[in-house]
Amino acid sequence: MSIAWGSLLVVFIVSFGAAVGVVVLVTCALVALSARARATTVPAGSAGGSGGGLSASAGTAVAGVCLAAAAAIVLFGLYIIVA
Amino acid sequence: MSVIVIAVILTALMFDFTNGFHDTANAMATSIATGALKPKVAVILAGILNLVGAFLSVEVAKTISSGLVDEARITPVVIFGGLVGAILWNLLTWLLGMPSSSSHALFGGLIGATWVAAGSSAIKFAGVVSKVLLPLVLSPIVAGIVALAATYLAYRIATRGEEGTITRGFRLSQIVSASMVALAHGTNDAQKTMGVITLTLITVGALPPDAGPPLWVIASCGVAIALGTSLGGWRIIQTLGKRISEIQSPQGFAAETSSAAVILTSAHLGFALSTTQVCTGSIFGAGAGRRLAGVQWGVAGRMAIAWLLTLPAAAVVGALAAWVAGTGTAGTLVVAVVAIALASGIYMASRRKPVTADNVNDVPAAQPVPVSA
Repeated sequence: MSIAWGSLLVVFIVSFGAAVGVVVLVTCALVALSARARATTVPAGSAGGSGGGLSASAGTAVAGVCLAAAAAIVLFGLYIIVA
Repeated sequence: MSVIVIAVILTALMFDFTNGFHDTANAMATSIATGALKPKVAVILAGILNLVGAFLSVEVAKTISSGLVDEARITPVVIFGGLVGAILWNLLTWLLGMPSSSSHALFGGLIGATWVAAGSSAIKFAGVVSKVLLPLVLSPIVAGIVALAATYLAYRIATRGEEGTITRGFRLSQIVSASMVALAHGTNDAQKTMGVITLTLITVGALPPDAGPPLWVIASCGVAIALGTSLGGWRIIQTLGKRISEIQSPQGFAAETSSAAVILTSAHLGFALSTTQVCTGSIFGAGAGRRLAGVQWGVAGRMAIAWLLTLPAAAVVGALAAWVAGTGTAGTLVVAVVAIALASGIYMASRRKPVTADNVNDVPAAQPVPVSA
């Protein structure tokens, strides 16, 4: 009996990388977006403490990049399945 | 096409239907529990995506139709017996709100029926172990580890964010991740029934050996599983969404993303794994990733027992059904009548204490911990 240990390992590595990658990217995007939310509630010049110390526009840009990267991982995965 | 072949195809589609409503919870339980999606919207969305998913891949269908039993030594009656075993086990576990594996039930039913009708030599044990049993054992563990790591990191990173933004963001993200699981479920589970119907058509010579499923088989299986999913297996949704752990949106997102990644990767490589076990493993992992003590490990124990019983129980029922059905047309009719009577009885029993879209979240829960805690 031959067990495809290599394929099982591939499943684990790919699943781990894709899932953790997407979750981390989305979470980072939300943290970055928090900077924008803070900017609307905290007066200018105050220490916000969230959003990684980013300005509102930088936070939005970082969030956009993170979400685009997460979307790219998901779409690439779907492409692999369909192709 | 003979009457028995048509009966087997209809029974297979009936199994696919039960598979759909039994497994709605896999994709949507956590989204419904966290309020990311309204219950009825969630199940309809899951149904549509199950249908789409059914058309994405046929790798698993090929595994079922050519990798488990010797198709030259079984008949449609054997497959009919196996399906009866799988359907009855699915209905019983649904009544108990137990997220057992529809895949295990199907494989168990087929193996039991084949064993009785053609002997143990007709079962490809190497294929059963390497392509089915091993992934079925390992997949919930893998999904649990992935979800645990993802949840832990999500909470660690989210502490730096503003709570309202984080919660809203994760709820929106959950709609996408739940949709991915529904798509993955359609891809993986609809294929199992496609495989069974293809196997039937091969046994009667309507398709050549090692053939893939024809388009009409893919379409009918997609529709059957989508209809079942749209019905919503509320009992199991309640168990997965509310009785394992008090799930918050970051956990739901991490669990669903992990499930989708494991299911889609496995489906691509032809592993016929159980989406139920993957999703359950992910939910336990996500629960443990936030707070180990917040997981109801007693529920996990009961699920583990149900998982262990599924394959042998479905095999026994499948074997019995195949033995009776193998006596002739009268035997097949007896099996069909008994199966319909038992299914009706299970449905009537479920009406005594119904779980619906309106009360699916009505379970006493522990006090939630803030997202940033």
